[in-house]
Amino acid sequence: MKRIARSTLQTAINLVFFAVIGTAILASVFFLTHDAIQKSEENEKLKLIMQIVPPTLFDNDIIQDTLPIPASELLGTEESTLAYRARLKGEPTAVVLSSIAPDGYGGKITLILAVRHNGELAGVRVVTHKETPGLGDYIELPKSPWIKGFDGKSLAVYKDADWKVKKDGGKFDYMAGATITPRAVIKAVHKALIYFGENRDRLFAASALKKEK
Amino acid sequence: MNLQEYKDIFHNGLWKQNPGIVQLLGLCPLLAVSSTVVNGVSLGLATALVMAVSSGSIAPIRSYVPNEIRIPVFILIIAVLVTVVQYLMNAYMYGLYIVLGIFIPLIVTNRIVLARVEAFASKNAALPSALDAFAMGLGLTAVLGVLGAMRELLGKGTLFSGIDLALGDGAKNMVLHVIPNYHGFLIAILPPGAFIGLGLLIAARNWINLRAEQKRGGTAAVPAPIEGGCSPAMH
Repeated sequence: MKRIARSTLQTAINLVFFAVIGTAILASVFFLTHDAIQKSEENEKLKLIMQIVPPTLFDNDIIQDTLPIPASELLGTEESTLAYRARLKGEPTAVVLSSIAPDGYGGKITLILAVRHNGELAGVRVVTHKETPGLGDYIELPKSPWIKGFDGKSLAVYKDADWKVKKDGGKFDYMAGATITPRAVIKAVHKALIYFGENRDRLFAASALKKEK
Repeated sequence: MNLQEYKDIFHNGLWKQNPGIVQLLGLCPLLAVSSTVVNGVSLGLATALVMAVSSGSIAPIRSYVPNEIRIPVFILIIAVLVTVVQYLMNAYMYGLYIVLGIFIPLIVTNRIVLARVEAFASKNAALPSALDAFAMGLGLTAVLGVLGAMRELLGKGTLFSGIDLALGDGAKNMVLHVIPNYHGFLIAILPPGAFIGLGLLIAARNWINLRAEQKRGGTAAVPAPIEGGCSPAMH
């Protein structure tokens, strides 16, 4: 009995020893790569933002000029997200919002939209999606220019009934065989614009982050 | 170990016991990421790296690991190495990290990694163990690359698309548009294309083997595949 207990203990100590070494290695690699990971994630985000916010529209550090947005039904978000504000000579020119279309063919489609101060869309991009390759993935820019159809649109240009695919009586193109995907995206963009309309002044309010500091 | 034994190690890994088309181990990532050459080869190399380092580091400490807990200890070491690779890719190859996504952490559950540790590294010295695992990893990479090329060519008419994700923006012009104005052949990109492609590769390998044996005048036995799977099973 004693022998069994001792060998069990020894085995446990052995396992703990390996676990401790493993954790130590992981912790050190985590700290070594932490800054680089953050930088590459920010770079990726900036690349996407630069695609939809024309460089003539801002001279500030967009990545730093953020505003936390609580989860919202209109944006389809379940967690708080960050809005990025573009300013030119201190004047607000556009805001970048994240939005989720929950009803894509393959589940959630996450979007990023830039809305100009006057409520006009500067650009929309799909960040992640699980739509069928070759069918529903034309919402991605490299695959098709479809997503650029949102550029310059606003609630003033298109009435509520226009925010649909042409097949449903709206004004947006779609590709035969894949209408669920554009429907979801158009609905999400429309709702995000409504959110922008309701919250415009709050979104452009002087940086809340700076005040906290 | 002499030269012949090292040669055997590589012959085993790349052809005779190729994990992808003979042992049929690690099929989940094989089928899921082989939609393009770049994806397939990248995950293959990441797996080969993890295999080489894990076998190489487990072999010298094998006498300190009690037999009863060897599997948890091996998996722990493999998991640590995979996570290190994941951090490094996240930091320095972000685009590729996003593309390969869940399949990087899933290298842990790729049975070929544990299989080589169990079958080879727990009985041999560090250098041959690392070489054996690396050769097996290269065998897997080769299959992933060929399968990726087949599927990409048929499905999209290109080769090396997405190479800028692995080598930086400068490599963008390395993408070959083999068939211009190709409209795509969807099934090659979707999972069924992977199964069909893998089947063709296995058939091709067996055919080449049979012919080589016939030339030598013998009758070749078609190798019976070892059961595959994604989860590390106990032996």
